[in-house]
Amino acid sequence: MSNKEEEFVVGDDGLGTDREKDIGQHIGYRYDVNLVPDLKFITPFLQEYIDKMGWKDLNWLEDIHMGYEGDQAAVFDRNINGWVTIPDTIKLPDNQQERDMIARELLIKFQMSENHPMVDLNNAYRKF
Amino acid sequence: MAELKKDSSYEMGLHQEQLKGRTQQKFFSIDESANLTYFHSFEVDTNKSATIDALDMTPREINREIRALMESGIGNITVDNPMSRHGVGVGILNRLNLTFSDSLGYFGCGLIDGPNVHIKGRVGWSCAENMMAGTVVIDGNAGSTFGAAIRGGDLVCKGSVGARTGIDQKGGTIIVGGKTGAFSGFMMQRGRMIVLGDAGMNLGDSMYDGTIYVGGEVEELGVDCVPGEMTELDVRYLTEKLGNYDMKAPNGVEKMQKYVSGKTLWNYDNLEPAEKKLIL
Repeated sequence: MSNKEEEFVVGDDGLGTDREKDIGQHIGYRYDVNLVPDLKFITPFLQEYIDKMGWKDLNWLEDIHMGYEGDQAAVFDRNINGWVTIPDTIKLPDNQQERDMIARELLIKFQMSENHPMVDLNNAYRKF
Repeated sequence: MAELKKDSSYEMGLHQEQLKGRTQQKFFSIDESANLTYFHSFEVDTNKSATIDALDMTPREINREIRALMESGIGNITVDNPMSRHGVGVGILNRLNLTFSDSLGYFGCGLIDGPNVHIKGRVGWSCAENMMAGTVVIDGNAGSTFGAAIRGGDLVCKGSVGARTGIDQKGGTIIVGGKTGAFSGFMMQRGRMIVLGDAGMNLGDSMYDGTIYVGGEVEELGVDCVPGEMTELDVRYLTEKLGNYDMKAPNGVEKMQKYVSGKTLWNYDNLEPAEKKLIL
């Protein structure tokens, strides 16, 4: 394992298959995409967000999980097609469900920010 | 076909692009204001309502009228007499409650990101294609390629749906109250599909990842689709999700079958980027 974040997601048997041993890297996503959310870990901010949107659950955020990029925890932002790394100042729990909720909250704050790259793209290319 | 020489690709700069070191981290500050909607979206009030009579309107006129109402702050829009027109209710990137009082044609409510849509009728092919977020609830039946390439949100059909449901699904949750046709979950990559009735042949064919739950009988599994183990978390999730839409599994959630990818078709390696460059 190259780092603790990768090890947390992939586990000790990450390079389990012959193919993975050959190429020296884990094959697959950087988190368990099939892990369904446990709503008992929802944060107050996320609850406020889904109330505002008129949803009864996490809706599209069900597919957001905490993964890793390089040696840092990160969340994938589909709107920029890239990983957003989590600041070192945030201490992450050992529970994947709680980590996922933190990832969702930070992603919302990032996407709704006026500094998000989509704002520039929107201003430059929006047709109507 | 014109040949692209190796030298041409170098002249175009395709081999000099510096990818290393790019990061979005500089944009990220957790201390920024906590907006709850996109920066470019319209601020709408869901207590303000408006109705559009679409009887003599073209799909483009309907879509423009919806947008104009959102721009003026209306958060609750009803479209009467949609007359099964194609491509209406599309491209809405906003918080909104939208109701269609009757059926829609092809590609209804595609490319949406956020609204809650209720269709009091049926829908044609490719409803909510490329949906990003929000909810779409259809009271009747739906055509083929229901939720094609959906990326997020809840897409609910209370009746039955046609073939290739959720083809190329990349996220989100598709819920079918009745039966689903052949090749449902074809090339599924992630997300969840919940079918309360029966599923046609080749369910989950060539699925890469994701989960399919079926309450009825499966005619035949597709290539690389295998039974999975139902967990306590799955049961709780399904109960909550179906309860949100007043739906129930006929034989109980606990007896639903779970299907996942066997992952025998996975074939990635770290030579891929180099191979792609060689093709260029």
